[in-house]
Parts: sequence; structure tokens; C-alpha cells
Amino acid sequence: MSINLKNISKHFGSFTALDNINLDIPEGELVALLGPSGCGKTTLLRIIAGLEQADQGQVFLKGEEVTDKSVKNRKIGFVFQHYALFRHMTVFENIAFGLRVKSHSERPSEAIIRRKVHDLLKLVQLDWLSDRFPDQLSGGQRQRIALARALAVEPSVLLLDEPFGALDASVRKDLRLWLRHLHHELNVTSIFVTHDQEEAMEVASQIVVLNQGRIEQKGSPSDIYDNPSNDFVSRFIGQTNVFHLEKDDCAWLQSAGIIIDEPKGIIAHVRPHNIQIEKPAASANSPVYLKDWQHLGGTIRLELDRGASNGSNTIIYAEMPNEKFRELALERGDRVALRIKHAHWFN
Amino acid sequence: MNTTAIHIPSAKPKALTDSDWVRHGFIGLTLLIIGLFLILPLATVLIEAFSKGWTAYAGSLTHPDTLAAIRLTLLTAAVTVPLTTFFGISAAWAIARFDFRGKNILITLIDLPFSVSPVIAGLIYVLMFGARGWFGPWLDDYDIKIVFAVPGIILATLFVTFPFVARELIPLMQEMGHEEEEAALSLGASGLRTFFKVTLPNIKWGLLYGVLLCNARAMGEFGAVSVVSGHIRGLTNTLPLHVEITYNEYDFVGSFASASLLAALAVVTLVVKSYLEWRQTLDRKVSGDA
Repeated sequence: MSINLKNISKHFGSFTALDNINLDIPEGELVALLGPSGCGKTTLLRIIAGLEQADQGQVFLKGEEVTDKSVKNRKIGFVFQHYALFRHMTVFENIAFGLRVKSHSERPSEAIIRRKVHDLLKLVQLDWLSDRFPDQLSGGQRQRIALARALAVEPSVLLLDEPFGALDASVRKDLRLWLRHLHHELNVTSIFVTHDQEEAMEVASQIVVLNQGRIEQKGSPSDIYDNPSNDFVSRFIGQTNVFHLEKDDCAWLQSAGIIIDEPKGIIAHVRPHNIQIEKPAASANSPVYLKDWQHLGGTIRLELDRGASNGSNTIIYAEMPNEKFRELALERGDRVALRIKHAHWFN
Repeated sequence: MNTTAIHIPSAKPKALTDSDWVRHGFIGLTLLIIGLFLILPLATVLIEAFSKGWTAYAGSLTHPDTLAAIRLTLLTAAVTVPLTTFFGISAAWAIARFDFRGKNILITLIDLPFSVSPVIAGLIYVLMFGARGWFGPWLDDYDIKIVFAVPGIILATLFVTFPFVARELIPLMQEMGHEEEEAALSLGASGLRTFFKVTLPNIKWGLLYGVLLCNARAMGEFGAVSVVSGHIRGLTNTLPLHVEITYNEYDFVGSFASASLLAALAVVTLVVKSYLEWRQTLDRKVSGDA
């Protein structure tokens, strides 16, 4: 185990930022701390780094307790959301900083520093920028330099605070994949904080979902998506349709002829792609009709109006591949029949 | 990084320009006021100083009492400026980096010397360390002289120059945030190293600006110093006090010759100040453009 957290709690005044967090992160994982803003994810990351002190609990890095160690002795690499590059130093000096501040006995020679910085610059594919100053770089370049700077000290863990938060959408997409591949290459245990579930799914090998200072679920992306452990995770991790079976939804579902295999709880969460759409048999007068649809690239998202008489005109979302949609040849206002292929049940 | 560049078109539309007589009127009025209240007195200082020729001017500047006053002024500045700088940096650090109860009261207190009359500042030290002051008898026992001696002058100057550096740095460091320092610490730098390698380069222009103003005030302070000095010629007279004494003794050349030094200090301060302001905006613009 590379990172262990035991009973970590943190309060700011009367606000509980973290409530008894226990977490073990194995060596070599790329973990996403995922949660809505204010859930405590950045605080947790800063506690691991030593930039924040927990009120209670212990932090272990590589089996060694570091709870009371200062940040400079923890051997961590930290990447900030707004890069925090030293603005009066060149890119080269920024990356060399961690090597230059080492104590006299540990400090590598100038030649080794030079070689190492250039290796890192090659790694982040920005070798040609070594003489520039941070303010002459684009956001994406700055973030890669910040990463190179953190890696220069060969940290035992790499911590990234919303690393793509300040970037344009297209740059963000590129950098996500790049980070994932870089992690495959270096295999250093890494934690990054994000509020974007798509980003977490795309980049991380493990996801820790946080909410209101507690861990809601921990697992691989597919695990969390396919088996959300509770209502919050299910809603947060992707779009979902919510049916409350104890309210009038139950009667409505029956009257709509919607088949749910067998109820296993009170609340059913159904992902859009788990709703199958068919043309209704002539006799069935399904209350559901197609209100609108949008192209999402390879799939089509359908907005289905429940046409409920009680005024609750909640929309149901469904998704299907483009070709399937073309085959059905639906028009706006057409009645459709639904079949729910899979639901997550909560009480 | 927070500054947004606003581009004001150089040629304003006709409809937004005031008529010629309004523009010329205001510009003329401003020039007149500056000429009357700034340039003319400054010129008078020089004219009076040289009214009896260059040798008289040089002679009064090299008079032992004048030289003693210059030396004391330089000594006062040499002691107070580093102390005020040190205090300013630590106060700005405390206020910008830590959250604590009573922070706003502290900020207000730092400004106190700005709002207190310098005479009162001087008087405080007389009341504390004077012969009949709180610590007077005790100091007398040990034969330590503070009031009417150099330490009193330095203390009074410290009091009035106290806020200059802190006032400059607090907003600067608050705006800058803590991230670069945290990054340095996470890379293994010690606190001291972080300060000298990361914090100081970022605040250096603001710091120099504060130091410059502090220095100008330390050398030019009259009121507070006047109260504690005792006006002992050749011993406790700073340059501003020397100007007053020689003037009162009808030694106009001597008085204005000393005054011309202070005026020169003011001009140099002004030029350096403009340069520092220009550097600061340059630095901010660069980080703002990115």
C-alpha cells in the first residue's frame, strides 16, 4: 500500500470538511478523488501533501507515518490547479528548482541537473520552451511544466489538484489522455482531484467518490458506473432517470406498460442507455411520446415526455445508437413503448 | 493575473471630448498651481542657497555642524529603514498568510502613525523616557540617555516610518496568494529558502517602493524628531532641524543650502519612485496578459 489514511477528520469552524476518512491506495494506481464542490476532496489532497493539517487521524506514505512531517520532507509532488509556476524563473529554472534546493550532500551536479531537466522537458514534449518564462506559455503548456517540475524530485506520490480545471475544453481532453499514458509510463502512485465525473472515468484506474466529507464509494470506473452503492453515487456518476415506486410512479409505470424485470427496492435509477424504445403495438396506448432529441455524436439522446395527467410532466431520457434511431424512424410527438433493461435499486 | 487590460482608444469620439476652453482651462489651472506652490518654492531654495555664490554655499555645507547633521540624518535612516523593512515584511506575511482573530484591528493599528500627529509621537517618547517619564529615573540610574540623544531620534523616526513598508506589501501579498510558496515547499525548499527564492523576487518592486518612501520620510521627518532631539548643535540635530536652526539665526545661505540637500533628496526619490511604479505595472501587465 502506497498511501494509507486512518480516521482523518478536518473541521473549519463548525463546518465538517472531512468526517473520519479511511482510505488505502495501492502502489501504482491513478486515483481520482471525485465529488461536488465543497465535498472535501481538495482538503483531503492537501492533508496527504502536508499543506493542511488534519484535526485527527494519521497519514502513511509507503508505510511510513508522515502525519507530523512537514511538506518538504514528505517526498510528494504537488500540481496546483493554477499551476503556481515561479513567475520570475524560466521554465528550465522552474523544473530545476526542486533539485537545486536539495541539501549540499544530496544535490546533483550542474551537469546532471541539466540532463535531468531536459529529459523531463522531453517527457512533457516541451523541450523547445526551456528558456521561456511562465507568462509566455499557454495554459496547457504551463500545466505540463508544472507536472515536470513536480516529477523532478522523483516523488513517491504525485498529487494533482483539479489539474485540468483552468484549461479550455479541447486542451483538457488532450491532456487527460496524455496524463493517463504518462502514468502508464512512469507508474508513480497518483491522486487527482476533480469534480468532473467524465474526467474521472476517463483518466483514473480507481475512483473515490466523496460527498459531504465522507467516502461514498471506491472502485474502478466501470464498477462505480455499473454498481453504484447508493443514490448519490448513481446520480453523480452519470445521467440517470429516477423512479419512485412508492409514489404514483408505480401506477404510472404499470399503466404505461413499462416492464421492469422485478422490483428490488423503492427507488429505481435507470441510465439512459438502459431504456429500450420500441414502436408501440397498435393496441397499446402508451402515454409516453417523443418530445425532442439531440445528437451526441455516436448516440442519440431522446427526450420522452411522460404525458402524465397529474401534471408531473417529468422528462425521461433515453439513449440509443444513431442507426437504431434511424431504423425506428420516429417523429416528434410519436407514441413510444419503453422497456427498462436494467435498473439500480435503492431504498 | 487579475488585472484585465482595458484598451482605451487613443482618439476619443468627438461627442465625448470637452470643448477646447474647458480642456485648456483645466490644464492651465493645474500647471499654474504646480508652478506657484511647487516649482517656485523649489527655485527659491536654490536661488537663496546660491545668493552669495558657490563658495558660500559650499562653505556652509562643509561647516562642521552641517556635516554632523548630515551624518546623524544618514545614521537615523540607516537604522530605521532596515528595521521598518523587517517589521513590514513580517507584518505583511502575518496578515497575508495567516487567519487570526483581530487581524483587522492589527491592520488598523499599523496605520496609526499615519493618523497621529508626529509631535505627539515625539511627545510619547519624552513622557516615557524623559527625566520625569515612566522609565526616566531607571534610565538615569544606569546612565542611559534616550531623550535628547540619538536613540530618541531613532525611536521617534521609527514610529513615524513604521507603516510604510507594511502598507505597501500587505495588498501585494494578499493578491499574490500562497500557491507559489506552497509549490516551493512541496519541492523540498526550506521556509527561508522559499522566502528568498520565491516570495522576495515577487514582491521586490513593491518592497523597494515602500523602502524608498520610508527612507524619504526618515530623512525628512521634522515634528517628531524636533520634540525628542533637544536641538543640541553638532550632536542631536538632523538635517531638517538644522535647516530650522540656521534660519532662525538669520544664516539664510546655510539654511537654504541644507534645504537644497533635502530638496535634492525629494527629486531623487520622485524619479526612483516613478521608475519603481513603472516596473511594478510592467510586471503586473506581463502576468496579466498571459
